[in-house]
Amino acid sequence: MMWLTWRQFRAQGIVAAALAVALGVVLLITGLNLAHLNSDSGGATCHGARACATAANAFINQLPGTGSVPVFFGTIAVIYLAPALMGIFWGAPLVARELETGTFRLAWNQSVSRARWLVVKLGVVGLAAMATAGLLSLFLGWWESPIFRAAALAGSDSAAVTRISPQLFGAQGIAPIGYAAFAFALGVTAGALIRRTIPAMAVTLAAFGLVQAAWPLWIRSHLITPLREYFAITPANVNELAIINNTQMIVRHDVEKPGAWVVSDQTVSPSGHLFSGPPTHACLSANASPNACNASIAALHLRALISYEPASRFWPLQWTETGIFVVLAMALAAFCAWRIGKRRLA
Amino acid sequence: MTAVLESSGLGKRYRQRWALRDCTLSVPSGHVVGLVGPNGAGKTTLLSLAVGLLQPTTGSVEIAGDRPASSSAQLAKVGFVAQDTPTYSGLSVADHLRLGRHMNPGWDAKLAERRISQLGLDPAQKAGKLSGGQRAQLALTLAIAKRPAVLILDEPIASLDPLARREFLQILMEVTAEQELSVVMSSHLVSDLERVCDYMIVLVASRVQVADEVDELLNTHRQVTGPRTDLSALPADWQVISASHTDRQSTMLVRTPVPVTDPAWTADPIGLEDLVLSYMSKAVRPSPDSSPALEAQR
Repeated sequence: MMWLTWRQFRAQGIVAAALAVALGVVLLITGLNLAHLNSDSGGATCHGARACATAANAFINQLPGTGSVPVFFGTIAVIYLAPALMGIFWGAPLVARELETGTFRLAWNQSVSRARWLVVKLGVVGLAAMATAGLLSLFLGWWESPIFRAAALAGSDSAAVTRISPQLFGAQGIAPIGYAAFAFALGVTAGALIRRTIPAMAVTLAAFGLVQAAWPLWIRSHLITPLREYFAITPANVNELAIINNTQMIVRHDVEKPGAWVVSDQTVSPSGHLFSGPPTHACLSANASPNACNASIAALHLRALISYEPASRFWPLQWTETGIFVVLAMALAAFCAWRIGKRRLA
Repeated sequence: MTAVLESSGLGKRYRQRWALRDCTLSVPSGHVVGLVGPNGAGKTTLLSLAVGLLQPTTGSVEIAGDRPASSSAQLAKVGFVAQDTPTYSGLSVADHLRLGRHMNPGWDAKLAERRISQLGLDPAQKAGKLSGGQRAQLALTLAIAKRPAVLILDEPIASLDPLARREFLQILMEVTAEQELSVVMSSHLVSDLERVCDYMIVLVASRVQVADEVDELLNTHRQVTGPRTDLSALPADWQVISASHTDRQSTMLVRTPVPVTDPAWTADPIGLEDLVLSYMSKAVRPSPDSSPALEAQR
C-alpha cells in the first residue's frame, strides 16, 4: 500500500519539494545577508539598552535597501497559500479521482482492506502536507528572527511589527501545520462527497478560504479571553476628535501596546458605557475657544478601553489554534473513513 | 462441494428503484459461471455486491465462504475485473505489476510476467495508451496473478473487438484450466458465454430467472410442438417457459424432469441461446401466473 501511495504521490511530491527548495535557497541567501547586516550594525554584540536600541535602529533602517521586505511578505504569502494549494492538489483528488476514473474498483479489490488503503493514503500525504507547511514556517522563523529581535530592542516605533498580529500570526510558528492538516482533510472530504475532482477542488478552495479569512476576524480572539485595560483620555492624547450632525461626538485615543495584538479599542464613559456623544456645548458653539472645548472634554473623564492579547500569549495561542485545526482534520478523516467503510461510494 | 457464491434474499435498492431483488443463489465451486441478462438487469449490481463494493439493502451474500471484502485474507481469495477494466492511466504496465506485488501477499510474479510477455505488452507503456483489449488483458493479469480462488469478471469483453474477445476468452480458459479457479463472468450476449460457461445464471429485470448447470438446463428443457392446447391441460410436471400458438398448433418451451413420451407431442432439444432468450422474454412479458406489470403497481 505504501508503494502505491508513493507512486501516485511521487510527481506532486517532487514538484512541491522543488518549489520548497527554491524558496529555501532564496531564504538562505537573504537570511544570511540579514544576519551579517545585524552583526555589522552591532546588534549581536551590543551592551546596554541604549546601545542595543541604537544598533537595532541602524539595522532596521537598512532593511528597505536589502530587498528583504518583498522576500518577507512573499514568503508569508506562500505560507498562507500553501495549505490551500495542498488541499486542492493533494487532498481533493485523493479519493475523487479514484471514483471519477473507476480505479477504486481496482484498488479496493487488492488484498488490502479499504480502511488500510485510506489510512495509509491519508497518513502519508497528510503528513507530507504538514511537514511542508512546518518546514516553510520554520525556515521563515529563522530568517525573520533578527528583525523581530531588533524590533523589540528598538523601542515602540518598530514594535508595531509583532508576530501575534493577525496579518503575521498564521504564517508563524506551528499554525501552518494545523492549517495544512485541515485543508488536506477538507480536500479529501470534499472529493469523497462530490466524487468529481475539479468541483471538489473548487469547493476546497472556497471553504478553506472562508475559514482562513473568518478565523482571525471572529474566532481567534475567543480562544483565550483578551486582557482589558483602561487608559485615561486627556486633551493631550486625543488622536481623533469629530462631531457628527451636532448630535454625536467621536473622541479617540489610539492606544499603543507594543508587541501586543490590540483586538478592540473603544472609548467609554466613566460609567463604563460606550461613548458616542452628545457633543459638549463648548465644542459645539462656533465661537468657543479650543481650550474651552478641550477643558469640556477633560471634564467628561473619558477612558479608552482596549482588549488585547499580549506578546506572551503567542505560543499559547499557537498551540490552541493548531490543536483545533488538527482535531478538525482528524474528525474529517474519520468521516471519510466512515463513508468509505460503509460502501456509500461505489 | 462448497458453494463459491451463495446468497439469500439478496437485494439492492437505489432510492426508489430496486436494482436487484430477492436473489437466492448457491453456485457450486469449480464452474465457469455465466451471468447473462440484458443491459440494466442488475448484473453489475449483483457482482458488485459479491465483491463487496456495494452493501446489500436486504439479505446476505457470501463469496468463497465468507462475507465479501470482510478482511484482507478474504480480499485475497477474490479476483475482480471490473466493468470497463479500469487501470491507472498514468502508471505503466510494469507499475501495475508492482502494484499487484505490493498489495497482494499471494502474488505470483512469474505468472504475471509470463502473461505480459505472452501478450506482447511493453512493460514501460502507460496503461492509458493501451488499446481496450490490452487494458482488459492487463486487468485480467492483475486479477489472476493474485492467485484467487474465485475470479469475478464484469462484462470484461463488452467493449472489445471480435478478435480481442476471442483472445481474452481463450486466455481465460487456459487460466481456469491451469489454476482450478472458479469463474463468474457477466455478459449481455449469450454467444459470448456459450463457449466457455458450464453454469448459467439468467438475470432479467432485477430478478434471477433461472440458475443451473448448462448440461442440466439442456437436458431438462424441450421445445415441444403439438396440437393447439390450453396451457391448463398440460401435464402437471411441465413448466412452461414460453408458448406460441397458431390456429391448430402450439409451440412451447417447457422444463420437465422426465422425457416427453406422449406421442401427441414432438419434443426437440433446444440450444442454449434460444433457451436463455426464452427466459429473457418471459421475464419482460406478463405471463398468466406472475405479472411483473401488476407487481410493479402494488
